[in-house]
Amino acid sequence: MVEVKIGRLRLANPVMAASGTFGYGEEYNRLFDINSLGAIVTKTITLKPRIGNPPPRIVETPSGMLNSIGLENKGLDDFLKTRAQPLKRLKTKVIVSIAGETAQELKILTGRVSSSGAADAIELNLSCPNVKGPGMAARDVEAARKIVKAVRKAVKLTLIAKLSPNVTDIAEIAKAVEDAGADAVSLINTFPAMAVDINTQRPILGNATGGLSGPAIKPIALKMVWDAYNAVKIPIIGIGGIMSAQDAIEFILCGASAVQVGTANFINPKASLEIIEGIEKYLKKKNLKDVNELIGRLRIWPR
Amino acid sequence: MKQIKTKIISNRLIGPMCYHMVLEAPSVARAIKPGQFIHVRCSDSFEPLLRRPFSLHRKNGGRIEILYKVVGSGTEILSRRQSGEAVDVLGPLGNGFAPKLSTLNSQLSTILVAGGMGVAPLVALAQELSKKKTQKLRVLIGACSKSRILCEEEFRALGAEVSISTEDGSKGAKGLITDRLNFLLSTLNSQLSTIYACGPNAMLKALSRIANAKRIPCQVSLEERMACGVGACLGCPVKVKAGEYKMVCKDGPVFDAEEIAW
Repeated sequence: MVEVKIGRLRLANPVMAASGTFGYGEEYNRLFDINSLGAIVTKTITLKPRIGNPPPRIVETPSGMLNSIGLENKGLDDFLKTRAQPLKRLKTKVIVSIAGETAQELKILTGRVSSSGAADAIELNLSCPNVKGPGMAARDVEAARKIVKAVRKAVKLTLIAKLSPNVTDIAEIAKAVEDAGADAVSLINTFPAMAVDINTQRPILGNATGGLSGPAIKPIALKMVWDAYNAVKIPIIGIGGIMSAQDAIEFILCGASAVQVGTANFINPKASLEIIEGIEKYLKKKNLKDVNELIGRLRIWPR
Repeated sequence: MKQIKTKIISNRLIGPMCYHMVLEAPSVARAIKPGQFIHVRCSDSFEPLLRRPFSLHRKNGGRIEILYKVVGSGTEILSRRQSGEAVDVLGPLGNGFAPKLSTLNSQLSTILVAGGMGVAPLVALAQELSKKKTQKLRVLIGACSKSRILCEEEFRALGAEVSISTEDGSKGAKGLITDRLNFLLSTLNSQLSTIYACGPNAMLKALSRIANAKRIPCQVSLEERMACGVGACLGCPVKVKAGEYKMVCKDGPVFDAEEIAW
């Protein structure tokens, strides 16, 4: 049994595609049946269209990559017009990622996305490192609490708050959004980072800085999931450099009820399928009937 | 689009840091068109992490060929791969050249402009155009010096009239490829020409200005750093005149030159 629950959302398995790495599912659905995934999290949408950051937007770094997309998206109206219908036809769960500069904007977004029927849940992107405004909320306990509270009032759907690693104490933020009514937290988003070209003496990214993802961030992400798990009761969705079933199981042992696969999609689009299969094999090998038995099962060394 | 394990048939050095690789990939070969690309996992580990995009260089039955220059860790690893080894390939990806083949007018001329490694996708296009034999195929190859001129014989074997230029004058005419293009256009009825080009951005920009001034249709194949290669991550933008970004991987890599905000 690999079914897990996130709020009121029942996922056939704990593996989702992470926001910003999977579009709205359309491209990868041509390569394999994305209904095999536990859920997909859409590219973040904002109220108004955003043109995004100037190129280059991508640079490879040791065991990772930086991206600086800048939340490029065509805005809410276009989402409702062109994306909502195809998303509704998917059998997998659809988590729509949203970002906004004010609580008011987020309320409009959540309201209209939920009434479209295209979303099974909302992921509140409080943590994009590449834009001003929407990226700030998850760095401040009170701002995070206020925003989640406002959105919570506007939406009945399962509400997931996506947290930034760029904080002193992630447990404190996780606790604040739990108190404010979030059904789950997903963590972590990318780390603010840079790459430099010494020949041109310029930053490689057009936006100078970007967000670091990939295997390089996994150990830090694991620790943050573990910290959050010890602070909150709501489910945690683990994110950060998950490339294989082993990585995913490490996150589940540290307290994640589910995981999101991001950067791995670029290298191996079928990584999530292999991860689901690998988790099932692992359960069998360990004589476990249910993946839920693994959540937070990490056995700390005796002192 | 497919993700398949292909077998390396050969991988050999053909110029300074330049390699030619043949892959056995029947399902991709059947579908891929000139100007489209494949996204290659250079190693089986996560070092380097990302795939590398390579445009179709030639098609030969169930085999596809790529031409690449070693510029970083990915291509360096690829250059050391041996025949018989398996390589993970995603493709075909993107939109290729849209050659205008409808008219049988012998006055028509198709001009391929290749700067440096820009020969890679244009050989595939010449291969396709040569099958139709409807119009004169003229190829301009330009590079900094003689050793960087690639694929001259391939183009000739496909029936093209080839003109070479090098910046240092070590082979062909001395000067920029755009000077050669201007010279060629002065001898032709430019109203009946079409240009297909690939090369460094500065060259494509200059060429686009020439084509625009003479109102010659011009398609260019662009390069950009890519992550997903399929249009999901929005990591490879190019600004278009409409003021927005298009993705090189999904909307391109071949664009009408007049569409790009150079």
